[in-house]
Amino acid sequence: MPVMNIIEAVRDALRTQMRQDQRVVVLGEDVGKFGGVFRATSGLHEEFGADRVIDTPLAEAGIIGAAIGMALYGLRPVPEIQFGDFIYPAFDQIVNELAKFRYRSGGQYPCPVVIRTPVGGGIRGGHYHSQSPEALFIHTPGLKVIAPSNPYDAKGLLLAAMRQNDPVLFMEPKRIYRASRGEVPEGEYELEIGKANVVREGSHVTVLCYSGMVSIAEEAAKKAEGQGLSIEVVDLRTLMPFDIDTILASVKKTGRCVVLHEAPKTCGFGAELIAAIQERAMEHLEAPILRVAGLDTPFPYTLEHEYMPNADRLLSTVRQVLEW
Amino acid sequence: MATASVPTSAAPAASGPTAFSYFDLDDEAKARGLFRVLAEDGRAAVSEADLARFDAALCRSIYEGMLRIRVTDARMMALQRQGRTGFYGEATGQEAAVVGSASASLPDDWIVPALREAGVGLYRGLTLDSYIAQILGNGGDVTKGRQLPCHPCDREHHYVVMSSCVSTQVPHAVGIAMAMKIMGHRDRCAFGFMGDGGTSEPDVHVALNFAGVMKSPVVLICQNNQWAISTPTSVQCAAETIALKALGYGIEPLRVDGNDALAVHAAVGYAAAKARRGDGPTFIELLTYRVSAHSSSDDPSRYRDEKITDVWKSERDPMRRMRALGERQGWLAVGEHEAWSAQLEADVRDAITRQEAVPPPALATIIDDVYEQPTWNLREQLAELLAGPRAVSPHQH
Repeated sequence: MPVMNIIEAVRDALRTQMRQDQRVVVLGEDVGKFGGVFRATSGLHEEFGADRVIDTPLAEAGIIGAAIGMALYGLRPVPEIQFGDFIYPAFDQIVNELAKFRYRSGGQYPCPVVIRTPVGGGIRGGHYHSQSPEALFIHTPGLKVIAPSNPYDAKGLLLAAMRQNDPVLFMEPKRIYRASRGEVPEGEYELEIGKANVVREGSHVTVLCYSGMVSIAEEAAKKAEGQGLSIEVVDLRTLMPFDIDTILASVKKTGRCVVLHEAPKTCGFGAELIAAIQERAMEHLEAPILRVAGLDTPFPYTLEHEYMPNADRLLSTVRQVLEW
Repeated sequence: MATASVPTSAAPAASGPTAFSYFDLDDEAKARGLFRVLAEDGRAAVSEADLARFDAALCRSIYEGMLRIRVTDARMMALQRQGRTGFYGEATGQEAAVVGSASASLPDDWIVPALREAGVGLYRGLTLDSYIAQILGNGGDVTKGRQLPCHPCDREHHYVVMSSCVSTQVPHAVGIAMAMKIMGHRDRCAFGFMGDGGTSEPDVHVALNFAGVMKSPVVLICQNNQWAISTPTSVQCAAETIALKALGYGIEPLRVDGNDALAVHAAVGYAAAKARRGDGPTFIELLTYRVSAHSSSDDPSRYRDEKITDVWKSERDPMRRMRALGERQGWLAVGEHEAWSAQLEADVRDAITRQEAVPPPALATIIDDVYEQPTWNLREQLAELLAGPRAVSPHQH
């Protein structure tokens, strides 16, 4: 089985689906001849031509607005927003239009657009190349939000996203775009949207995480093992709809939970996860559920390493939960 | 009297006239000029030869479409005043712009409307019952009572849906047109509507830029009714005309007397034919006037001189000049206008009676169509709603 990084897995998913389905088109800034600033669409322009791999003007609202029109007419657009930080000019198009078309048309107009965008910090990118805006979109009825953490999941989930009929925000962890490598099957396979993955079993505490934070949780779990601590790491993979069953099963087993994400803490996705757990499993909890998250600050440049959650911060919080 | 049925296939448009000298002007002259065919008195604005290009069947069809809007809007406003629906935005005084555009569309074209283009949908075959069901938000509404009145959506006739956000729909029209081109559907085009206020929104500029760069088969139509609620066009736009904006995007502009249904039909027909043959987008400013309020929630006497409005209501009224033409040319018999109006009014009243009898949508539909299949959280929330105390609507529509 070939070994790929996340970029290669994303590209492989796009190529696989574009070969199968003429309706799939890619559009965005620099995605054509150049192949994207991260090279995710490299080679697609040569294989599929300018009609299906479209270099657009520099305007996110136009990219998403045009993609919506294409989807209404019958195409299956996969627009790229070059950085998640640049998605806000398209916010109205995504939140008020894309996510609502099926509902407000009474089901007459599904809008199957899959928006790909790189997210997260740790690349010395500063405020405008590092953000994790998932909570804004999870809070948007009508949108599915997917955040893979590794090449295998990225390909399987992207293929699944392009083959279903709802709009998807597909957030790719840019810090580990190339660093995360793994075996990826050639050709076809799909991972079910809405299913989490227990990437490491443990008995003392559950760590809920996704995207670029999964590798941090795994690193912490390895360190903890030597200290007699058993951490269960759950990679949520899909954030909306999130996999409540897998989350509850794990928390009921361990009785303790920490949520880990890069995005600012207040009103972050962790708050929703904690609310959902305590509504359903209060009697199983041995301690409060704590969060390890980014600060409620804009994303900093020089002090990025202090802002970003890391294994030691996670372990420190895990101990608080265990000692409570 | 004439039957109320309209040739919805818009067949006359395909052979619509294009050979007017206005279209030979250079782009800047087009943007600064004003294309007219029919003067206020029902006579030719330029030459009788221009008028001769429009056959009687087309004129009758346009006139009936205009009359239907006027009659329907009046009934809907009355319904709103009686508390039988919550909101209405009428197109009174803009019927020529609406129907002149609709009559230049073909069945395979796609319509992306703004607030005052429901008449385009009605002209293309959206039924009165369906239109009124949406306004009432009843259980028979194809959009399941999910939107404010005046947001009809009719896939069967490629009439997409407006968005109250203003102008967010314009990039959709360009995307639809891009898709037509990509998929090789060369016999059709997309129509994207907006208002004068909407041209201040970034989405319009983004859409114009995309359409220009992509050479999309799209007709972008701005109904300049000179008011965005209380804001006059002078506060939206520093350019001499709105049409001038298209020049900067490499798009051919047209500027048309929007109360002249025949000029609108000819201009939109020219742009649509150009789009369908692969020669790219056109931006059309239709100059008209919002003689009524912005919507049922508005009171224009607080911010504008209604003496000016009175001029647009009387001598500049788009119906009046079409009627004068019809009576002069003989395609509208004496007394036919009244009989036609009465029939249309009866049709509207009958449809209202039928639709007011339809119950509201079932509660369970509230979670449908958020996604193709309701997700677990939606199913859980609906179950909680059904198990808990139920609310009663405070609205007595």
